[in-house]
Amino acid sequence: MTARQEVAKREPTEVQAKAREHELVLAPAVDVFENAHGITVQAEMPGVSKDRLNIQADRNSLLIEGDVMIDMPAGIEALYADVQATKYRRSFVLSGELETDQIEANLKDGVLTVRIPKRAEFRPRKIEVRTA
Amino acid sequence: MFGSLWGSFDTSLFDEFRRLEGELDQLFGRGSLPAGIRATRRGTFPPINVGGTPERVDVYLFAAGLDPKSLDISIQQNLLAVSGDRKVPVDEAADYYRQERFDGEFRRVITLPDDVDPDRVDAKYRDGVLQITVQRREAARPRQITVN
Repeated sequence: MTARQEVAKREPTEVQAKAREHELVLAPAVDVFENAHGITVQAEMPGVSKDRLNIQADRNSLLIEGDVMIDMPAGIEALYADVQATKYRRSFVLSGELETDQIEANLKDGVLTVRIPKRAEFRPRKIEVRTA
Repeated sequence: MFGSLWGSFDTSLFDEFRRLEGELDQLFGRGSLPAGIRATRRGTFPPINVGGTPERVDVYLFAAGLDPKSLDISIQQNLLAVSGDRKVPVDEAADYYRQERFDGEFRRVITLPDDVDPDRVDAKYRDGVLQITVQRREAARPRQITVN
């Protein structure tokens, strides 16, 4: 008698698609900084135009992704490649003091700048010390 | 079970591969596989892709946020050199949590195939990608030979 173990089977195509997705996604280099007004994220996404950019934000997370599109002649063959993916993706966890519905984004020459303002009550106030 | 926990790290699998690759490089020693004499360390700015067709060779430099006027592109026979200076403005009043973007001067030299014509070079900059197109010499292109 053979014992049959029931293992949830995954469709191979689903697994492959997942693997491919991981392999082909680049994490763009970012600078993240905070000043009195809010947090700014600057991401390097060369080859991404405005219409191939996707930015999603909700209360706790920020996702930036973009597809690389470069002008290539027909029949081109790779001779050398540092960049081996055509998609950028990176996500961040946000915190509650950020005003996620007031996010501003700007893309110029492949540099994406995302500004997330802080709620007014969280902006630092200068506290004056009174001298008697 | 810990899927969501692991998923919250921002190191993608790709970074993980890169780390592994670095470790393998160390393990086997960089000398074991011959590298191009002008090859640079992985991760050097800017990343470059080179592609070719029988008519031309295209070089793509993934260099976002450049002033194209600051670029110095030169070609000598089949050696293409690109240098420039990329300044990332710093907000003095801000606290930086991450500073991954490259800042400063860079230079990369690319060895192109031998049959390129250094007199017919074209360069354009769009969406942060510098594309340099070099035509190949006519004589070097493959020709169809018919048998009589």
